[in-house]
Parts: sequence; structure tokens; C-alpha cells
Amino acid sequence: MKIEVLGSGCRNCLRAAERIESTLRVMQVEAHVEKVSDPGVMLAHRVMRTPAVVIDGKLVHSGSVPDESTIRHWFQS
Amino acid sequence: MLEIFTWLADWLTWTVLGMDPSRRAGMAVHFFIEDTSKILVLLLVMIYVIGLARASLDLERVRSFLAQRHRGAGYLFGAGFGAVTPFCSCSSIPLFLGFTSAGIPIGVTMAFLLTSPVINEVAVILLWSLLGWKFTVSYVLVGMMVGILGGMLLDRMHAERWLQGFAARAYLQADPATAVEPLPERTTLSLSQRHQFAWHEAREILGRIWKWVLIGIGIGAVLHGFVPEGWFARQFGTGQWWSVPAAVLAGLPLYSNATGVIPVLESLLNKGLPLGTTLAFCMSIVAASIPEFTLLKQVMRWRLLAVLFLILLSSFVLVGWIFNAIAPWLEIA
Repeated sequence: MKIEVLGSGCRNCLRAAERIESTLRVMQVEAHVEKVSDPGVMLAHRVMRTPAVVIDGKLVHSGSVPDESTIRHWFQS
Repeated sequence: MLEIFTWLADWLTWTVLGMDPSRRAGMAVHFFIEDTSKILVLLLVMIYVIGLARASLDLERVRSFLAQRHRGAGYLFGAGFGAVTPFCSCSSIPLFLGFTSAGIPIGVTMAFLLTSPVINEVAVILLWSLLGWKFTVSYVLVGMMVGILGGMLLDRMHAERWLQGFAARAYLQADPATAVEPLPERTTLSLSQRHQFAWHEAREILGRIWKWVLIGIGIGAVLHGFVPEGWFARQFGTGQWWSVPAAVLAGLPLYSNATGVIPVLESLLNKGLPLGTTLAFCMSIVAASIPEFTLLKQVMRWRLLAVLFLILLSSFVLVGWIFNAIAPWLEIA
């Protein structure tokens, strides 16, 4: 599974990436979290607010640091 | 109602700390306690109340609205939405791309981006409570004018020539349909959903800006306690035309958001710095920030950044001169 956190590198984006990583550790899910700051990628996903989260090429979240229950929800199926 | 905070500061400074009201340190500490308590409480309450109303406003809808406006009205609405739509400055790049790729004219997008840091609910609340409604209304009008005129000027210059390659392509191949088609369904929010949004927003914004507020009030307190009355008036009187451009240049290397600047502004005015000069100084600190500009470099070429910078600086100088001229009518300072 490939997880991308889109953002300019501001504090909220870093926090979003950290929270996803720590939640994944707790859930014992194997995945790679990558921080992406290329505006071209944001344009391609039509993201207007960061941080945004893309899982396997699909946009699942944008505009805030997701809370833990939201993150768990993405990986539960 | 706001006298509570004066009483609180009276009690803490003179009674609990036993400081001397006639000494400079005492005056500074009193100012610091009064303004910190007042501003933090006001912010928490007002951001929450405004959050309740704003819970249903989203960027996608704003974009779709702007994409369907005529260009002329677009500038006005762009600046207006820039003032009321919350977004973190680190989102300015995706926001810029999102707007331009939907075919919204560069100038309208820039009107949005230019107005956004200058006017927000926090700044308006603070200005209103510290400096009165006339000043607040003038500030909002001027802030929007800078955005609107700046946007019109950039369109007139065909600023899209100076975008980075991929952004220019996105603009030229823009499909206005993108702005309209994937709109999320408008759901009516329950009161508890609104409460959740507003409470989250109040905590988030306050958590982000409290340091700036404290630094701003700290500087304001030092000015209040230690700079003699009328000192600024004697140094930079209204008669000296160069004091406004000098203030704009002095504000450039400083960077803060509107919240941190307003307490300083209050102190500067009280010590006799002319209104327009103060305003120009503060707008220069708030709106023309180097970190912001380095971010914009990702989508704009140097040429456009330089033009943008010049537009901002010259409009602040104009604002300063105009406000120095109309200051007597505004009855402050």
C-alpha cells in the first residue's frame, strides 16, 4: 500500500504524516508513508487545501490533520 | 463589558504584584495583562461564534461561485471571499492552482490571495475592540481595495505569462466545468456538527496564533511603558512625506500575522505615530512576507513575484498617505 501526504511541508502536513505512521504502527499495518510537496501532484489530484492524503492513487482526505479514528477507518477494510 | 479586563489587570498588577502605577515597568505589566486576557478571551469566543456560522462554507463552493461570475464582479467577490474564507497560508499554492485550473482569471485569484492575510475575522474583532468602528471599516475597505486593484492590474498586465510552465498550462487548458461538476452534496448541518466544527476551529486557530499574540502584546507593552508620550509624533510627524515609505520598508523584514500586529498598532498610535504611517507599517508586516513569497515561487516566475511585490509596496505607501490625510475625520490618535 502506498500512502502519500500532500503538502508544502508546513507543520500540519508533518503532523498528518506522523499521525498516520503512528496509527499504522499501532494497527500493525505494513505501508510506506511518503511526503509529497510537488504542486503538480496537488494539481493532478485537484487538491485545494493541504494536508491531503492519497492512498494508492486515490484522494481520501484534504484540508486538515485527520484524526485517529478517520485514519483507522481508511485501513479497516 | 470589556472593563472586566481593566479591573483584572488593576487587581493583578497593583494589588497582587504590588507594582507602582507611576513607574514604567508597572504600566507595561498592566498593559500586558489587560490586553492578553482581553484578546485571548475575545478571540476564543468570537472565533467560536463565527465558526458556527461558517461551518457550511467550503472552498469548492467558493470556487464554483467565482468561476460563474463575470470578471468585473469577480474581483469584488474574490476579495470578499478572501476576507471571509479561512485557509492556512501553506494552502495558498494548491488553492492558487485549484482556482486557475478552473479558469478563474489570475487577477480574481490574486484578489483573493492578497486580501486574505490582511482581512480576517480575528483582525476585525481586534481592531473593533481596540480602535473603534470607523478605523475598522476603513481598514476593511482599504484592504479590499488593495486586493481588487492589484488583481485588476495583474490581469491588465497578462500576469499569466509569468507563471511557471505547468501552472500556465493548467490555466490555458482550464476547463470551467471542473469547478462546477464535482461539488459535494450540500447537507444541512446539525447544531452539534456546527458546534464541533466551531470548537475545533477555535482551538486550532488559537493554538496556532497565541504565540504571535503574546509577542505582539509584549512589544506593545514595552512601547506603552517605556516610550515617552508623543515621541513618534515628534520623530515622524505627518508633515514628513517620507515617513510612510520608510515605515513600509521597515515592516518588510518583519513577519507576523494580523493578530500579533494589532496590539503593537494600538501602542504606536497611542504614542502619536500618525495613523496612515502606522497602518502602512502594519500592512507591510502582515501581507508582504518573505516566507510566503518563497512559497509562491513554486508557481510563479521571478518576474511575477517582483511585480506583485512592487504592487503591494506601492499600494501600502498610498494607503499610508491617504490615511494620514483623512485621519482627523477618523477621530483616532
